[in-house]
Amino acid sequence: MKQVTLTINGKSVKTSPRSTILIAARSAGFRIPTLCYHPRLASVGSCRVCVVEIQGRGNLAASCVTPVADGMVVRTDSERVVAARRLVVELLLAGGEHNCSLCAASGDCELQNLAYELGIEKLDFPVEAPGYPRDTSNAMIERDLNKCVLCGRCVRACNEVQVNEVIDIGYRGARAKIVTAFDRNYGDSDCVFCGECVSVCPTGALREKAARFKGRPWEFQKTRTTCVYCGTGCQLDVNVRDGRVVKVTSDFRHGPPNYGSLCAKGRFAYDFIHHPDRLTTPLIKEDDEFREATWDEAMDLVVLGLSAIRNQEGPDAIGVLASARCTNEENYLLQKFTRACLGTNNIDHCARL
Amino acid sequence: MVNSRMSKEIVINVCMGTGGIAAGGRDVMDAFIEAFRERGVDGRVEKHCAVHQVGCRGFCARDVLVDVSLDGERTTYQYIQAAMVPRLVEEHVLGGQPVTEWTVGPEYHAFHDRQVKVVLADCGNIDPDRIEEYEGVGGYTALRRILSEMSPGEVIDVVRESGLRGRGGAGFPTGIKWKICADNESEVKYIICNADEGDPGAFMDRSVIEGNPHAVIEGLIIGAYAIGSAHGYVYIRAEYPLAVERLRRALDQARAKGYLGKGIHGSRFDFDIKVKLGAGAFVCGEETALIASIEGERGMPRSKPPFPVFKGLWGKPTVINNVETLANLPVIFRRGAAWYASVGSEKSKGTKVFALTGKIKNTGLIEVPMGISLKEIIYDIGGGIEKDRAFKAVQTGGPSGGCIPSQHIDLSVDYENLIRMGSMMGSGGMVVLDETDCMVNIAKFFLEFTQSESCGKCTPCRFGTRRLLEILTRITRGQGRPDDIERLERMARTIKDSSLCGLGMSAPNPVLSTIRYFRHEYEAHIHEHRCPAGVCRELITYTIDPERCKGCGKCRRHCPVEAIEGQPKAVHVIQQEKCIKCGSCFEVCPEKFSAVLRA
Amino acid sequence: MTNSISDLEHSEVILVTGSNTTEMHPVISSALKRAVRKRGAELILVDPRKIRLQRYASAWLRPKPGTDVAWINGLLHVILRDGLQNDTFIRDRTQGFEEMAELVKRYTPAHVEEITGIPAADIERAGRLYGRAKKASIVYAMGITQHTTGTDNVKSLANLAMLCGNIGIAGGGVNPLRGQNNVQGACDMGALPNVYSGYQQVGDAAVRERMALFWNVPQLPKVPGKTLTEITAGVLSGQVKAMYIVGENPMLSDPDLRHLKGALRNLHFLVVQDIFMTETAAMADVVLPAASFAEKDGTFTNTERRIQRVRKAIDPIGDCRADWSIIADLSTRLGFPMSYGSPEAIMDEIARVTPSYGGVSYRRIEGVGVQWPCPTPEHPGTPILHKESFTRGKGVFHAIDFEPPPEVPDAEYPLYLSTGRVLYHWHTGSMTRRSAGMSERVNRCEMEISAHDAAKLGLENGQEALVSSRRGQIAVTVTVSEKAVRGTVFIPFHFAEAAVNELTHGLRDPVAKIPGIKVCAVKVEPAPVSESR
Repeated sequence: MKQVTLTINGKSVKTSPRSTILIAARSAGFRIPTLCYHPRLASVGSCRVCVVEIQGRGNLAASCVTPVADGMVVRTDSERVVAARRLVVELLLAGGEHNCSLCAASGDCELQNLAYELGIEKLDFPVEAPGYPRDTSNAMIERDLNKCVLCGRCVRACNEVQVNEVIDIGYRGARAKIVTAFDRNYGDSDCVFCGECVSVCPTGALREKAARFKGRPWEFQKTRTTCVYCGTGCQLDVNVRDGRVVKVTSDFRHGPPNYGSLCAKGRFAYDFIHHPDRLTTPLIKEDDEFREATWDEAMDLVVLGLSAIRNQEGPDAIGVLASARCTNEENYLLQKFTRACLGTNNIDHCARL
Repeated sequence: MVNSRMSKEIVINVCMGTGGIAAGGRDVMDAFIEAFRERGVDGRVEKHCAVHQVGCRGFCARDVLVDVSLDGERTTYQYIQAAMVPRLVEEHVLGGQPVTEWTVGPEYHAFHDRQVKVVLADCGNIDPDRIEEYEGVGGYTALRRILSEMSPGEVIDVVRESGLRGRGGAGFPTGIKWKICADNESEVKYIICNADEGDPGAFMDRSVIEGNPHAVIEGLIIGAYAIGSAHGYVYIRAEYPLAVERLRRALDQARAKGYLGKGIHGSRFDFDIKVKLGAGAFVCGEETALIASIEGERGMPRSKPPFPVFKGLWGKPTVINNVETLANLPVIFRRGAAWYASVGSEKSKGTKVFALTGKIKNTGLIEVPMGISLKEIIYDIGGGIEKDRAFKAVQTGGPSGGCIPSQHIDLSVDYENLIRMGSMMGSGGMVVLDETDCMVNIAKFFLEFTQSESCGKCTPCRFGTRRLLEILTRITRGQGRPDDIERLERMARTIKDSSLCGLGMSAPNPVLSTIRYFRHEYEAHIHEHRCPAGVCRELITYTIDPERCKGCGKCRRHCPVEAIEGQPKAVHVIQQEKCIKCGSCFEVCPEKFSAVLRA
Repeated sequence: MTNSISDLEHSEVILVTGSNTTEMHPVISSALKRAVRKRGAELILVDPRKIRLQRYASAWLRPKPGTDVAWINGLLHVILRDGLQNDTFIRDRTQGFEEMAELVKRYTPAHVEEITGIPAADIERAGRLYGRAKKASIVYAMGITQHTTGTDNVKSLANLAMLCGNIGIAGGGVNPLRGQNNVQGACDMGALPNVYSGYQQVGDAAVRERMALFWNVPQLPKVPGKTLTEITAGVLSGQVKAMYIVGENPMLSDPDLRHLKGALRNLHFLVVQDIFMTETAAMADVVLPAASFAEKDGTFTNTERRIQRVRKAIDPIGDCRADWSIIADLSTRLGFPMSYGSPEAIMDEIARVTPSYGGVSYRRIEGVGVQWPCPTPEHPGTPILHKESFTRGKGVFHAIDFEPPPEVPDAEYPLYLSTGRVLYHWHTGSMTRRSAGMSERVNRCEMEISAHDAAKLGLENGQEALVSSRRGQIAVTVTVSEKAVRGTVFIPFHFAEAAVNELTHGLRDPVAKIPGIKVCAVKVEPAPVSESR
């Protein structure tokens, strides 16, 4: 497709005609702050943080939704633009409960970053938080609409990405808020706890409940891996601090198969990892009771038991059950072990269940 | 049966718009029908007596309006109630003598003389529930001719030549909008009639649909033919039950007569119209919000571009025209583009319907040629200011319009001039203000409306309008800060500059235009803690002049909070700490004493 | 899956059957829902239960349990009758068409209605919807396979796809959704009695010799081994004396538990390797503590055949060890040394001995993985199978007659029982039931029953009920649900305290040996009050 040329802050920029001003400007190295924009979601241009000035156009344009045009002349940093951005961010800060030192999202908050970037130290308006009760209705998602900036990312995530169609914007004017059907809390709603909304929330309004105050983004060691539940094979990031898994996230940039989406199990059912019920030592049954044992003890017993039966009854008297939960390497090794070491083909797994 | 004592052709028209019905129109109509049944039995009325319901004729303040026509000679009565009907029948219909004390007076004629009725021409003359009556005044002839003689391109050319511009507010040339959509290659296109009239006090569209729904339908069909659309919608407020009912009936009739459906009137053109009810959100009048609403989403505006003519309903090219715009079309095709273009001003052609309200003598629905002066509207049609007080300003363009002060009373009303003055045409609201109106309070009133009707999607509108309202509120309470005027101006400009849709872009207009023309009133509130118009309660003090008080006790008895003390025949005193500034004492103090003072 | 997950979003029509996708494969269900909502695809849902996907469906068919072959034949009938089949595809790429076509002549919509209870008009509509689409996908899961006619069901779906040429094209395909994270990989790796990795036949002497050479052993066992069922039977008959069970909990997941429990008790020696003390581990002589997925490296192969990395995020808890390291250690101790420095080294060996994994290496799959077959490092992987030809050359149509399920409701056991999972739990619940969030949502075994049946049985929402079959009895909590269809109750199998597999029968599909868990006959009665607490 033919490229178009536009001028951004005096610099000539060539880009695809399908591009938006935001994409074109960013790829040309100009910084445009955003809030309601999220690369995984359709852009709606609602927060107005990313506004820019386009020559010949009466009002400012949201760069995230405005397509480029040949010959367009854009300014991303004019006084008008900065005034608008500042007003928007000040209005947001004054319209909610944005007390960073009392917020689990501190350090992980796009609103906080915007205030910093725009150098806002003082508000021209009195703070008027709406005073909504906090939604503590469930163990997975903590929802505090006093910290909501109504960017609508959660709504788009729920309706466009997961298509669960659980939330939307309700009410009007300054009382507009994110609602479930009949404005119930999450726990009593149709929500299926996929957590997609949490994953796109720019502030502390939606948080993984169990992970609150368990670490800031820079304290986490993130390890990308594959989900252990169903056969979809979702790519996820295990977030670890001090040797403990404290939350599971994902990232649309991981690509297929899930493009950053997860389900309730993948995102929230990781707590089995550190569950006190975990087996932590080998166990040997004596008189119908298990006792703890060392690896050597246990392995010796296994070797003894298996070789005795193999020697007395032949290898086909042993059956091995592999696992659809284990890795390819482990299953490969187990069938190799069964066939090459034990000498039987009696290996199967619960593929049919 | 013809040779009788009374053999005149009798036609009774009763105003049965929402206003007429509210004033008792249905009872009046029933009374006429009943009366004729009785009189008919005794054989005194031989000829067919037609009692018709008609739509609004504008002068709603005088409802119920009734026409009695004997052989085409029409007499119009005002303020008619059911109980008055027997006398009208007896004296006028049977006796041939109009009841002159009930007929409309010179104001009624003055109200109508300066008007030019194009859109409203047949409202108030024909029965909206009968398609034959619309056909009887030339209705659907334009459509039939278009379908048999004209190509879509030719239709668009005529509309362009007529100079018709969108009556919904922005004034975009209708022919050009159609052309862009027509040129867009798409198998599926939509045309939508925007009947989501949301401005408080506005009832232009409602009256047109109630009074002449077929004109709107014919216009919509013409538009559909021009752009190549097979599917049309009328998006109308559910709060307009009568309009919805008449519209639906009219659509059924149009379908039955072959004006809608497959192969309309023998052509290869298919088109049908669905009615979609809106739930009363002001913002749904914004075209992209309207589209979202039809699609089943929450009615919130979407970013433009892409404009609906490229990507509208269900992502297909869509034309959205306002009710009044569409109702102009049949007339343009009947009387010609040149005729239409001869009415109006240089850039604004044709007429415009306004809902004239406020501190004016003759309130109601009016249709005037573009370019008419404000003075003509206010003084000739409107009969001047109520109680002959001083005219202060006129507010146009609905809640997001602006105020035009008295010094511009000669302004000729068209799209460009209104915008130049910091206001706008809007859908046609016109509120006349007088010396007893506080302009800060007026701005606050409109902001209250827009901020609560903001859909909440974009930040400047959602929170910005509320903050504007907050500042206006503190000014009207005498708590304004020295830099509040600058703060208002700065914020208002930024909100206009950065909002997503027309609602946010225009919501600050009442603030900016009142500051522009009435800055001194703001300053009086802020610096002197004084409301020059005496409206802002917190800035008013009522006192009783001991010299003039005769101790009649009327004020004491009317005070709702028992703030006034005093013995009979003795001077009364208002206890300021209890006073809620309701003004009852001021109102009731006998004029001969005028002892209650307001400051 | 013959096609990829993302490919579903390019289908015009998607037929989903035997898959409660929004609960079992939520992320895949989003792709389905996006196809419907954003791209205007039409969803044909065939499921007796009113599952959430029904909200998105253009056509919803509710067959009686176990009648899948009949309705699929009905669709085939309609498509052939209306001439909607893809003649070119049938001619060039398939065989056996005539017989199949002849057979389905009998499956008129009216006849199918008699068998399945699906109104004839709906069969017509669904047939035309599927038949007219340029590209239509079929998605199924255990609701199709866990029947005694599971193989027939799958072959019938293949008939449908081939009839309309929906194989080897984007937006088409026959797409089974694998239930467990690495069930695909376990099969691929040869954790099956008859094949080595990459489905290389144990019975093939050449293959066997090559594997023996690779593994450096003089010879490998010739006879295909026993399946799980056969092992169980072998234990009971005394042929099998020891078992080594790694990461499975058949004591909850397998049908007819009483029978299985007897078998395990009969073992002389049982070793179980797991992360929790499962119902199965409790019966072991030795339990070896394994590391969880977060504590080890490796790969899983997902339902679209994508081989993806598992990466170690934390050290093993306590003395736990990764399964691969335990197995290698055990093998070494048993005299067959295995020394792999890391799972990566194992994958390198897998690539060498497995043609379809030939191009796989950790470096290669670091980013987005790769879909097998991927025979060489240069090969791009295979998002769509059977593009040019089928693995065996021509695709075979099978003429399949409907056979009723082996156990249907009767006077004594008047209701169908169907089993499955719920959104918040997974398989035998050893992981999810230990998760606070999941347990908060669902923490007891709830039986879904229609309002009609509940009323007839005098059951109220939330009440305890006893469910029994010819094989056992469990207590469950009644949930009167509009999801349930009259005459069928649904019970998930996650709950040890109400193990629904006490009720199911062990009858299996003769070919795939899959148990017919989805259909059996039960009776339901209110629990006696004294027992309900």
